Amino acid sequence: MKLQTTLKKYTMVIALVLVFILFSILTQGRLLKAQNMSNLLLQNSYVLVLACGMLLCILTGGNVDLSVGSTVCLVGALCAQLLDKTSVPAIPTILICLAVGALIGVWQGFWIGYVHIPPFICTLSGMFLFRGIGRVILSSKTVPVKNQSFLNIFASYIQVPGLDDKIKWSAFIVGVVVAAGLLISFFLGRASKAKKGYSVDALAPALAKQVIIAALVVFYSWKLANYKGIPVMLLWILAVVFIYAFITSKTAFGRYFYAVGGNEKATKLSGIDTKKVYFMAYASMSFLAGLSGLLMAARIGSVNGDTGTSFEMDAIGSCFIGGASAYGGSGTVAGICIGAIFLGVINQGMSIIGLDNNWQYIVKGLVLLVAVIFDVVSNHKTGKA
Amino acid sequence: MADYILEMRSITKEFPGVKALDNVNLQVERGEIHALVGENGAGKSTLMNVLSGTYPYGTYTGDIIYNGETCQFHTLRDSEEKGIVIIHQELALIPELSIGENMFLGNERKGRFGINWDKTYHEARIHMDQVGLKDDAHTLIKDIGTGKQQLVEIAKALAKKVKLLILDEPTSSLNEADSKMLLDLLLSFKEQGMTSIIISHKLNEIAYVADKITVLRDGSTIETIDNSTRSVDEDRIIRGMVGRELSDRYPSREHHISDEIGMEVKNWTVHHPVYQEKIVDDNVSFYVRKGEVVGFSGLQGAGRTELAMSIFGHSYGTGITGQVFINGQEVHLHNEKQAIEAGLAYVTEDRKGNGLILPMSIAVNNTMAKISKVCTKGNILDFQKEKQVAEEYKERMRTKTPSVMQDVGNLSGGNQQKVLLSKWMFADPEVLILDEPTRGIDVGAKYEIYGIINRLVAMGKSVIMISSELPEILGMCDRIYVMNEGKMVAEMTAQEASQEKIMAAILKSEKKEESEGVTE
Repeated sequence: MKLQTTLKKYTMVIALVLVFILFSILTQGRLLKAQNMSNLLLQNSYVLVLACGMLLCILTGGNVDLSVGSTVCLVGALCAQLLDKTSVPAIPTILICLAVGALIGVWQGFWIGYVHIPPFICTLSGMFLFRGIGRVILSSKTVPVKNQSFLNIFASYIQVPGLDDKIKWSAFIVGVVVAAGLLISFFLGRASKAKKGYSVDALAPALAKQVIIAALVVFYSWKLANYKGIPVMLLWILAVVFIYAFITSKTAFGRYFYAVGGNEKATKLSGIDTKKVYFMAYASMSFLAGLSGLLMAARIGSVNGDTGTSFEMDAIGSCFIGGASAYGGSGTVAGICIGAIFLGVINQGMSIIGLDNNWQYIVKGLVLLVAVIFDVVSNHKTGKA
Repeated sequence: MADYILEMRSITKEFPGVKALDNVNLQVERGEIHALVGENGAGKSTLMNVLSGTYPYGTYTGDIIYNGETCQFHTLRDSEEKGIVIIHQELALIPELSIGENMFLGNERKGRFGINWDKTYHEARIHMDQVGLKDDAHTLIKDIGTGKQQLVEIAKALAKKVKLLILDEPTSSLNEADSKMLLDLLLSFKEQGMTSIIISHKLNEIAYVADKITVLRDGSTIETIDNSTRSVDEDRIIRGMVGRELSDRYPSREHHISDEIGMEVKNWTVHHPVYQEKIVDDNVSFYVRKGEVVGFSGLQGAGRTELAMSIFGHSYGTGITGQVFINGQEVHLHNEKQAIEAGLAYVTEDRKGNGLILPMSIAVNNTMAKISKVCTKGNILDFQKEKQVAEEYKERMRTKTPSVMQDVGNLSGGNQQKVLLSKWMFADPEVLILDEPTRGIDVGAKYEIYGIINRLVAMGKSVIMISSELPEILGMCDRIYVMNEGKMVAEMTAQEASQEKIMAAILKSEKKEESEGVTE
């Protein structure tokens, strides 16, 4: 019984481990190479960032934002043009682009939250609208991004002169420190809970989980150390993930998203401004799409009219694979990160093997379906709707 | 030897961790109305779900003998083919479809190509006449009231050639007049030889309509009372249900009514949110003192819920005019948040639809209306504090649950109602508006809820109780307002009030309106 519930709770984690092992074997270990491990996260940076925003939209009742890929294109285009054609320096450019992302969010959030336009239709309109504007900004050309200080902010690697040589020891040291910090804060947290007289979970399984997480951090940092060190982009991703994880799990404001998805009328009658909840979900989504636009511009090194195509689908897929309910009201940031990495491993693995692009689509489609079937079926078993 | 249409023998049904039914026996004679009573969670609905095939053969043990043959129903359809039709408490009608379409949903009258609509509406008419429903069969379900919807469900059952009709809480959302009509309809079906099983918490109705009453308690059959001579009274049934005498159904309270007025509403007028020319509440004024329980009586559609919700931060209606005073101060409540901050709480009649978030835990629901009380600065949740609050209320309200982390959706109706009350008590209001606070819950839980109301007024809160059950209004309230068709038609103290007086006030106002209509 206990084993069963544990297995169920960590189904996607186990699936991720299995898929990872599978592709490690299929690629004859090439997936585990330092460069591929480093790229695994970087190539999926946009998915992770977008999935965080998409989670809020999905929580409100299975609503999605279809305009995400187009917003990425628009903001990326604006960024590329500002850096290429004008003399606006990198940091003001970044601020302008983020502000435009937020403005798009206000636009969509207003219509969806305060005028009650169905999100599907409003963001479908946005999908055409913003892609069109993006292409107008680009004048249908591919615009390169060459501004070095811009690239430094998003696409460089942290290197400490003197310390980092062939092996980037700085990455490994940071990894070890973080892992140690995790374990220490775990014990401190338990101690303070026990001191206040609150109940604490059993030590062994909780500790085992922490040790595994710490070991993964050390392992990953070792891989990074063997490549180019800590990528700056990783810091951006982690910042977004941690902020969203904190908001959704620890704040009253985050809970409102779950409440609206669970029962909107009851939430409204509890004195919660449900319009604002919708507004914020879509405003934050577009803001993150803007940030993704910058990340993509920096990583690819150019922006064209097709940048960001179908990004929304990757984000939505990650959320559902990661256990967010298609009816809203449940889902966690940790879950969708697993979902995003899961998709990433499959993508990366299939690319390394050299699987035909069309087949990659087929595999991704089936994986998404299996994940959702699993979610629905297992929920039935626990007696929920 | 009696002619049994149905015998259920030693039915046992287990859910993970609970034995919902333990060796239950039920014998129903042909042509009788058989009532099934018991507290919430006694296993009434489970038993009926076993019978109808909702829980398929094999998931329970025991035998079902129907019309002399042992049956093994695997789906609802199997039992319906035999003429067993169950009508659930929550009506299974589709609001956007017409009466006729709903009646033959899944049972369509097929022509050579697709559905034969002429035949559909012709047959719909026949069955609607049988239940005395005069509306056009093309009317959409959403445009008729709950009472008529219930009739549509019965007509739908007739269309399936029902031999054994099972009604689960058929009158829980009906007013007295509609309930009476429905019960009389059942009696007339009985004359025509139909057998019915009725599940209800309304014991006066059971005593009125049933020939035999089977009492379930904790998943076992306790007894079957013979009521063929209509000699059984409510106390007799209650004794069987709770296994003890409930000497007084309304706990007594010391009167703490102060002279101070908690809330006063003056000249309140509300228009319908969609049909904006329609007036739902017309120039209504009332007040409630501190420590007082004020009842709002009236028929369904009298505008009481609408009045309460429109006061509660304009959560219903448009074109709202009038004044609200709380503690003598005029307040302007334009949204629910302002209403809560002003010290108002509205405990909805629809706990599943408007009150609780079913897929979330008791703890989360408990703090929903004033989440800031369990937050540190910066609106960061303190989960331990939240859990403590929920535990505290669980103790105080005697909510039956293994854990406060349990999803509210898993609780029984009475316990859900307690969580809903906890939620609003936690918001620490001065004035509580309780809309049908005991709807669909058993006598034991009702008594506890009444006790909670008494404790609230003892603390100096003002309580407004909207209820369609006259005995409850008379048993609990210090003062009673009667509303009809959006107007306040009478005000009386508990001493002068009686069921007859309240009904008379309603009827008189209707007559007055009719005569006014003539003179116009």
